Amino acid sequence: MSEFVSQFVQSPAFGIGISLLTFSAGVQIYKRTGSPLMNPLVLSMLMIIALLLSFHISFDDYNNGGQFISFFLGPATVILAVPLYRKITLLKENVVPIIAGISIGSAAGIASIIVMCKMFGLDELLSVSMIPKSVTTPIGIEISNQLGGLPSVTMASIVFTGIAGVLLGPMICKLFRIEDKVALGVAIGTSSHALGTTKAVEIGETEGAMSGLAIGIAGLVTVFLAPLLAKLLL
Amino acid sequence: MKYIAQFAIILIICYLGELIHNFLHIPIPGNVLGMVLLLILLLTGVVRLSMIEDVSNFMLKHLSFFFIPAGVGLITCFTVLEGKWTALFIISVVSTFIIAVVTGATVQLLIKRRQSVE
Repeated sequence: MSEFVSQFVQSPAFGIGISLLTFSAGVQIYKRTGSPLMNPLVLSMLMIIALLLSFHISFDDYNNGGQFISFFLGPATVILAVPLYRKITLLKENVVPIIAGISIGSAAGIASIIVMCKMFGLDELLSVSMIPKSVTTPIGIEISNQLGGLPSVTMASIVFTGIAGVLLGPMICKLFRIEDKVALGVAIGTSSHALGTTKAVEIGETEGAMSGLAIGIAGLVTVFLAPLLAKLLL
Repeated sequence: MKYIAQFAIILIICYLGELIHNFLHIPIPGNVLGMVLLLILLLTGVVRLSMIEDVSNFMLKHLSFFFIPAGVGLITCFTVLEGKWTALFIISVVSTFIIAVVTGATVQLLIKRRQSVE
């Protein structure tokens, strides 16, 4: 590769540029197909990974620009307080059922992850990385860091979880007769974070609000539960 | 200008979250503390929604964009995950199923019980 090209891929403009380009392409594809499988984030990730692999560009080169985008994950988590604040009355009315449901659901989830990791013979590094897979990405990555996991494995399982929630969430609720709007929204948000919430918003206003609210609470609950259950069960 | 001031407020709250995390050594990430702090500031009226609303709406709308580099980071753990993709996939799907059912059933049961008491 010529010096010019290697200089180009190492400049922050490259990482930021291809992220913007692939994401807008992803948004277009999502709009055209309307399929939840065509998630813009997933498409953009796959396109960039394919590009880096086929042109032998290192992740560090890409991340010269990527780190500037990652910086915004901090503020992005902080502003999750805004939807929570908007729905504060809905939360106050049902506070006990919602918090109890999210805590029991999250605990069952973490326990099931640890048990399945053992069944599949995964080592502790991978198991710990998968524990925070149902919470929203910035919180999940923080928990993964704190447990000594691999953030990118956490990221992968968070994305798998989100797509599973979008595709299966409403079906699961129908199958198990979860018909209450608040219960349905909380179930989707707790099990599959922001990606699942996009589906809940489609189902209805209350479902969407409750799902959005569950993202923040499930994140906080998992911050406390994850290290505790990891110590107990791993 | 409006957007710049709004983003500055969000950044300050974010940084305060980090400070609280570093000073108190609590096992909660700084950005999560920032989220709780912002909620308290909004509820007490110290920060009005209009002071951060436009930037918040913009970021919430394009939230997934900011996760791209973290996702691309997957490339650095291809060797660790060699032959384990199926396990990762199955565990993700099955646990999502379990969480949705347990959470939904618990919330529904508690709401119904409270309603029948009333």
